[in-house]
Amino acid sequence: MLILECPCCGVKSEETEFHAGGEAHLKRFGPGSTDAEFEGYLFMRENKRGVHFERWRHVNGCGKWFLAARDTNTLEFFGFYPAQTHEPPQDIKDKISAKHPGWSWREFQ
Amino acid sequence: MKRYSVFAVAREALRYHTGWERAWRSPEPKKKYDVIIVGAGGHGLATAYYLGKNFGITNVAILEKGWLGGGNTGRNTTIIRSNYLQDPSAAIYEKARSLYETMSQDLNYNVMFSPRGVMMLAQTQHEIRGYQRTAHANSLQGVKTEFITPQRVKELVPIINIDGPRYPVLGALWQARGGTARHDAVAWGYARACSDMGMDVIQKCEVTAIRTEGGKVKGVDTNRGSIDCDKLGGIVAGNTSVLTEMAGFRVPIESVALQALVSEPIKPCMDVVVMANTVHGYMSQSDKGEMVIGGGTDGFNNYTQRGSFHHIEETVRALNETFPIISRLKMLRQWGGIVDVTGDRSPILSKTPVEGMFINAGWGTGGFKAIPGSGWAMAELMAKGHSPLTEEFSMWRFGEGKFIDESVAAGVAH
Ligand SMILES: Cc1cc2nc3c(=O)[nH]c(=O)nc-3n(C[C@H](O)[C@H](O)[C@H](O)COP(=O)(O)OP(=O)(O)OC[C@H]3O[C@@H](n4cnc5c(N)ncnc54)[C@H](O)[C@@H]3O)c2cc1C
Ligand SMILES: [Zn+2]
Repeated sequence: MLILECPCCGVKSEETEFHAGGEAHLKRFGPGSTDAEFEGYLFMRENKRGVHFERWRHVNGCGKWFLAARDTNTLEFFGFYPAQTHEPPQDIKDKISAKHPGWSWREFQ
Repeated sequence: MKRYSVFAVAREALRYHTGWERAWRSPEPKKKYDVIIVGAGGHGLATAYYLGKNFGITNVAILEKGWLGGGNTGRNTTIIRSNYLQDPSAAIYEKARSLYETMSQDLNYNVMFSPRGVMMLAQTQHEIRGYQRTAHANSLQGVKTEFITPQRVKELVPIINIDGPRYPVLGALWQARGGTARHDAVAWGYARACSDMGMDVIQKCEVTAIRTEGGKVKGVDTNRGSIDCDKLGGIVAGNTSVLTEMAGFRVPIESVALQALVSEPIKPCMDVVVMANTVHGYMSQSDKGEMVIGGGTDGFNNYTQRGSFHHIEETVRALNETFPIISRLKMLRQWGGIVDVTGDRSPILSKTPVEGMFINAGWGTGGFKAIPGSGWAMAELMAKGHSPLTEEFSMWRFGEGKFIDESVAAGVAH
């Protein structure tokens, strides 16, 4: 069972209060993009065995969206941060680097 | 290979079972093979089997990081059916179902295929229309299914509660020749047959890198050394993204946990498989008498083979209404597997950007039923470069917008 802490309202709770929303920091491609970019935006998702950045919604709480960094291999959360960002904050990145030196993710925009 | 038969059992009984031989060899990896298959689940083993049987390609290694069938093949609820909506799906799933009919004889290994009938309950108006549509599609595809009334459902499943209150049973899609099989036996039977053809089934051998040269596959690195090959088949279910990353390309797949559970054994009470897709639950009774129950997937990516407990609660709560008899049952075991889910809920059997490398993945929550058909088709694809059964299942169909949309038809894990 996952325990999450909503960065919007500060409530800490187990996962039934939240809803998972898939990969975070997706860059949107629309009219004018190449076929490959559009396909990537629609269908290709990061599916790492390891560090994963993802969207969550506090459905049974404040109702807001936020982002989280999690290890898909251990289910450990590295931290939670607001949805209005293009990149995880430095302290979360540092925490990840301490555990997974050399971790990678596609380019943050 | 010594054949299994009633005479063999009698002979061994008379000499205290000292004459049984190992079902498959455990060889050291060679330096090079014509074909390497990564992943000794059902799909990998079936692919190897048909490479040998249908195309005479037997210089083959099947590499498995854990133990035979220790992935989803040994973790699923073994439902076999072919009542899908789209033509390409019906073709490969029905091919598989029909091969299951004679698999025990073909492999000389009892896989306990039990065509006891699979029933998919319609519990909303929307589902009635959906399943009637599927039944019509199936009759055009030559797959024998029918839409049956609630009364017929009650006759076939006396323990069911058809009148509600939350989800009354309004009918069902019924496939009389669907059913179940013994999952481990499918893996073991294929492994024994592959080994007998001279193939090397190598357990505890994890592929850690894929070597390419000029865009062409050369071989793999493993924890037991480097092995070369002319052709490579990546058939690793929930680990597909990890494997394709080694080869430098991406696939439209996400890995999530799917769970199942079994109850204590009870007297025979239900001799068909029942799926209730609206409430995300399905149930059958094993030969040991356990009620085998499966539910839905978790909503987040996961590689731990552990799922969230609230999904078990939701599944059991929902099934309680339809099967009041299970409310007092003790549950014995619960487990999870990591399933490989694509955007249109259909698999990928395809060439890849790396020449000589093929993938067979994306079977997600429902690939046990497909094992023999998938192996048949994948072997043809790897041997000849194309197969009528895999044509529509290419990894490029997403970019082309040529989905094989089964998410509406299935709607649930199975
Ligand atoms: C709980 C549950 C219930 C299910 N119920 C049903 C059902 O009722 N009906 C149905 O049809 N389907 C069902 N499924 C789905 C079905 O189990 C799978 O689709 C099917 O078993 C996949 O087979 P596979 O051979 O592709 O994968 P697997 O059996 O998972 O085999 C892949 C193998 O690859 C190995 N591997 C991975 N990475 C490497 C590497 N780097 N090197 C070497 N080896 C590697 C793994 O160890 C594994 O053994 C269910 C699944 C689950 C989890
Ligand atoms: Zn909140």
